Amino acid sequence: MPNVITANRLIDGIVVYLAAGGEWTEEIGRARLAETEEDTKALEQEAAHDVDARKVVAVYPMEVAVQDGEVDPLSVRERIRAAHRTTLTKDWYDVPL
Amino acid sequence: MYRYDEFDHAFVRERVAEFKGQVERRLSGQLTEDEFKPLRLRNGLYLQLHAYMLRIAIPYGVLSPKQLRQLAMIGRRWDRGYGHFTTRQNLQFNWVKLVDIPDVLAALAEVEMHCIQTSGNCVRNVTADPFAGAANDELEDPRPWCEILRQWSTLHPEFSWLPRKFKIAISGAAEDRAAIAFHDIGLKIVRGPDGENGFRVLVGGGMGRIPYVGQEIRAFLPKQHLLSYIESILRVYNLYGRRDNIHKARIKILVNKLGIDAFREAVEADWEATHKDAIDLPEDERKRIMSYFAPPDLAPRPIGDEALDQRRAADPIFANWLKHNVRPHRVPGYSTVVVSLKEPGRTPGDASSEAMELVADLAERFSRGEARVNYTQNLMLPHVATSDVVAIYDILVENGLATGNHDLLGDMICCPGLDYCNLANARSIPIAKEIAKRFEDPKRQEMIGPLRLNMSGCINACGHHHSGNIGILGVDKKGTELYQISLGGNPKDDAAIGTIIGPGFRAEAVPQAIDTIIETYLAERTGDETFLDTWRRVGAQPFKEALYAAR
Repeated sequence: MPNVITANRLIDGIVVYLAAGGEWTEEIGRARLAETEEDTKALEQEAAHDVDARKVVAVYPMEVAVQDGEVDPLSVRERIRAAHRTTLTKDWYDVPL
Repeated sequence: MYRYDEFDHAFVRERVAEFKGQVERRLSGQLTEDEFKPLRLRNGLYLQLHAYMLRIAIPYGVLSPKQLRQLAMIGRRWDRGYGHFTTRQNLQFNWVKLVDIPDVLAALAEVEMHCIQTSGNCVRNVTADPFAGAANDELEDPRPWCEILRQWSTLHPEFSWLPRKFKIAISGAAEDRAAIAFHDIGLKIVRGPDGENGFRVLVGGGMGRIPYVGQEIRAFLPKQHLLSYIESILRVYNLYGRRDNIHKARIKILVNKLGIDAFREAVEADWEATHKDAIDLPEDERKRIMSYFAPPDLAPRPIGDEALDQRRAADPIFANWLKHNVRPHRVPGYSTVVVSLKEPGRTPGDASSEAMELVADLAERFSRGEARVNYTQNLMLPHVATSDVVAIYDILVENGLATGNHDLLGDMICCPGLDYCNLANARSIPIAKEIAKRFEDPKRQEMIGPLRLNMSGCINACGHHHSGNIGILGVDKKGTELYQISLGGNPKDDAAIGTIIGPGFRAEAVPQAIDTIIETYLAERTGDETFLDTWRRVGAQPFKEALYAAR
């Protein structure tokens, strides 16, 4: 399965994914996919550089599935991170994840 | 309530300036994350699942209208318009930006609040009975002692790097409403042999992966020895507590390894040898702190209120709220009102900035300028004239804060779980909401009677699942959220840890499992037994049969 690189942005902690052109995006759908172990390591190196550059913290790679062009983060934890959800709203009865 | 003196103001301002500098050094690259992390944690700043989380101490749960309004402002200006009241009488903001933290801390300092020691291996926010100074079963107000402990423990040089975090709770009433037996040290104010008040001291209680009920280390400690005796407990813990294994580092592990008698001997020996008579608080300082907690000047009023009686007779929803959310005050003609943050459909313990401002207004108008937060995640108005209760209720109704479920099934404790927390293994908020929906009917909750349902999204037990009459623990089993149910826990006097009833349930099956447990209890109940009474009489078997026989 492909991997994407995720992290939290340093200045506000928001969940981000490494995208094309070295950009960090909040949308998992725009994350760069690493199809091989080698690709994943290359992305991790790029991310490590951005840790040093104080763009992001808490970097790690994670497996995803791609179905019909949609990126699925697989675990409940990563689906929640990708959704950037908030819980104040009344009747926020949960949608199944 | 306590007010900062010049020293307190200067101390907190200096701390804000210090952390501002540390944030700037982090952002400019002079500090790495590894270097910065212990500094931010010392100031209550965590990096959670979605964002930074800031934990603000609400000392012993007491809030002024000014403080509530400032928290509302902070939520609106620097977060997403709401905060989460926790089981430690703290408030957490879930979406603050690192770059804004110095401004947030400065805003907190303006209203005599801070985040110091809301994380780290030190003495945390000292918690108390939320009815302190108002309860009609109280022997003595515990809040001055909480404040004394707070001042003593803040940046205490010997106890800033303990083996693990350290939590103290104090109750001064007959009924334990502060879960003192589940704290590292639990203190209960009791009458001593010579008629003077002092402390019954429990030690080694706690939740987490290895729960223990605190054990009595002293049946009676004269008040003047509180600080020196607690110093001796902490010194023995600091010396012998484990530092090699984070899961075995709390004082509960040490107390239970040594046995309470050997632990007591070590503490008493240290106390005799070192500080027994030396370091306790000077009398004038004790008096100074006590003076801030003088009871409000409440002239006794008639106990009955005609308008209230009429409303009760005519309005069953009001009558239900009145029965559960309004408690008698120590002064005749006054009451304490619990403002439920457990309206079905909302996240337990979450309060919007508007709700905080509303409670601030109510506290100012009706409750002598004081509000409280309890560890079961609700707000309270401690000193209300009973004749004002109807007016307060009508305002709460307009604002969706009049759910009459205090200490009933709907009044669930619920940690943030996997929706926010980096440590969580499973979600707790959606499960709480589904259970709340299922038991939404106030008549059904009334029929069930007093029931504490507590839920945690991981073994760290922030949601106090071990002490729930019904406890739910979310675990991760091969990538699937699974929920273990325990029964028979009790946070009050005669405290007990719940018993795991059997194999766990998938998320969608939890509400039905709770329903089955409740129906089993109702079928087994005799007379006016509470859930806990029935559990203690019939044991696990009927519940196991009902839950698992068909499996």
